[in-house]
Amino acid sequence: MKKKLHKNTFKTVVTLAFIPICALCLIPLWTLIVASFSTDSDITKYGYLLWPKTFTLEGYSYIFAKPMQILRAYGVTIFVTVVGTVIGVVVMGMFAYTTARRSFRLSKFLGYYAFLTMLFSGGVVPYYIMMTQYLHLKNSVWALILPNLVGPFYIMILRTYYRSLPEGLYEAAKLDGAGEMYIFFKIALPLSVPAIATVALFSMLGFWNDMYQALLFVENQDLYPLQYLLYRITYETGIIQEGAQTVGRTVPYQSVRMAMAMLAMLPIMFSFLFVQKYFVKGITLGGMKGD
Amino acid sequence: MRKTPLLKRRENNLGLYLMALPGFLVLFIFCYCPMFGIILAFKDYNFSDGILGSPWVGFDNFVFFFQSGVAWRLIRNTVGLNLLFMVFGQLMGVTAAIFLNEIFEKRVAKAYQSILFFPHFISWVIVGYFTFALFNGDKGLLNNFLHVIGMEPVNWYGEASVWPAIMTIISVWKGCGYFSIIYLAGIVGINPEYYEAARIDGAKKRHEIRYVTLPFLKPLIMVNVFLALGRVFYANFDFFVNVTRSSGQIMETTDVVDTFVVRSLTVMGDFNMSAAVGLFQGVCGLILILTANMLVNKFDKESAVF
Repeated sequence: MKKKLHKNTFKTVVTLAFIPICALCLIPLWTLIVASFSTDSDITKYGYLLWPKTFTLEGYSYIFAKPMQILRAYGVTIFVTVVGTVIGVVVMGMFAYTTARRSFRLSKFLGYYAFLTMLFSGGVVPYYIMMTQYLHLKNSVWALILPNLVGPFYIMILRTYYRSLPEGLYEAAKLDGAGEMYIFFKIALPLSVPAIATVALFSMLGFWNDMYQALLFVENQDLYPLQYLLYRITYETGIIQEGAQTVGRTVPYQSVRMAMAMLAMLPIMFSFLFVQKYFVKGITLGGMKGD
Repeated sequence: MRKTPLLKRRENNLGLYLMALPGFLVLFIFCYCPMFGIILAFKDYNFSDGILGSPWVGFDNFVFFFQSGVAWRLIRNTVGLNLLFMVFGQLMGVTAAIFLNEIFEKRVAKAYQSILFFPHFISWVIVGYFTFALFNGDKGLLNNFLHVIGMEPVNWYGEASVWPAIMTIISVWKGCGYFSIIYLAGIVGINPEYYEAARIDGAKKRHEIRYVTLPFLKPLIMVNVFLALGRVFYANFDFFVNVTRSSGQIMETTDVVDTFVVRSLTVMGDFNMSAAVGLFQGVCGLILILTANMLVNKFDKESAVF
């Protein structure tokens, strides 16, 4: 009886100990939310607080008075994310499937071919020169999509999954006269929806949060994706100044910046609630040791 | 009858070749072609002559890099910080998973897990925003707090010595939830009979963790350590550039290979040294991971990753 009580105390302590830890996890985010609803002068005067001194929507209203900039960035990000994820998932799915088919002569080779890219890379410079001098992708939206289409790690996840499906399934379909493409799209793909969904989510998150490609290859302001726009306005307030004349007052830089950050994060925060359980499933899938 | 004639099999496989092709090409163009570009590390590149036409300069680029005075600092920061991130990341991930597993109410555990996982979804740009909100010397949240409890404010972005700790905390904060999910799944998969057997033998909680949970988690930990080791010479550019705000005063402890390379590429337009650094990075990483794998294969075959 005593032992049992002792054990329960331990569990209660553990349960309670997580509350401050979780709070610490969320405080940074809270600070941003508060700042986005604070007046510019308050941020300058009192700094970042846990509760706004004067609640205001000036940051948001400033953005919505001339929303072209953020809408455009949203457009770029959405285009990149959607197109990149859809093409990427199909390409990776097909590739992983061929590496998982044991009867296919090249399956082993292709597996190593993808794996090797995780071990070695040529570095940024050859990559940069190739993208700009040979592929001429500077200031092209495709520079934000193509390099991130295929992730070797995702291929490994999909490969492990396709391997776990019985080989006899493919053979049987083949005996019935089905072509490989048919087998993949009509049999393997529907069966691998959980793995595909996970890879799609990961890749979406990757595209949405990426700013590295834009930093290297995009100079044209019209092509700024959200994250890169946020990055630029940290250092160059001039970029947000454009709307000043139309609104006819000084720019509340700090509030605008924070409000923009919130607007950029909104879809992520919102979708997190719905998709995080699929992520959890997927991570579990990918974290397991494959071959 | 099960064996199809070779010719027929090949014919049927045409579809497989076609399906592998797009992925093959993307990897070839964006991963393998730059690998051939490593010859740039031994050349003096100029735009008009291109990669193949530019003159060879032997190891000059490497000599230049190692004599520049920043080489040691860059390597130390990159490897050192990555090791810190790896050790504390895995440690906190495992710890969080073990404790999450102890929580009775599964709904509560799920909620905690979600909250821990949330930072993984936030972009580094935004992480940079609130790092600034917390640490900015003027009106940062932390300095406001120090002021309230009567302490002197600190100019955080001017104190190089505290940044390894700050970077590690941020890295753990962002990655802990992710790793805890992997490890929690590992723990849940352990057959309860092992714990019962241990308990019958008089094992206490800490014994259970030490002799049952951790040994079962070892292969998973190995995989993650391996993935981290393979990247130990590569710093996460987005992380470093946003969180440190490229602040000159803290570069002593936060300037890493990747930020240096991108800086020399985009600001100074120095292709040669950057190419040499890139190759150095790639080769070191490759050697490291192959050695590690060899050692693991030799001493503990079961945990070997490949």
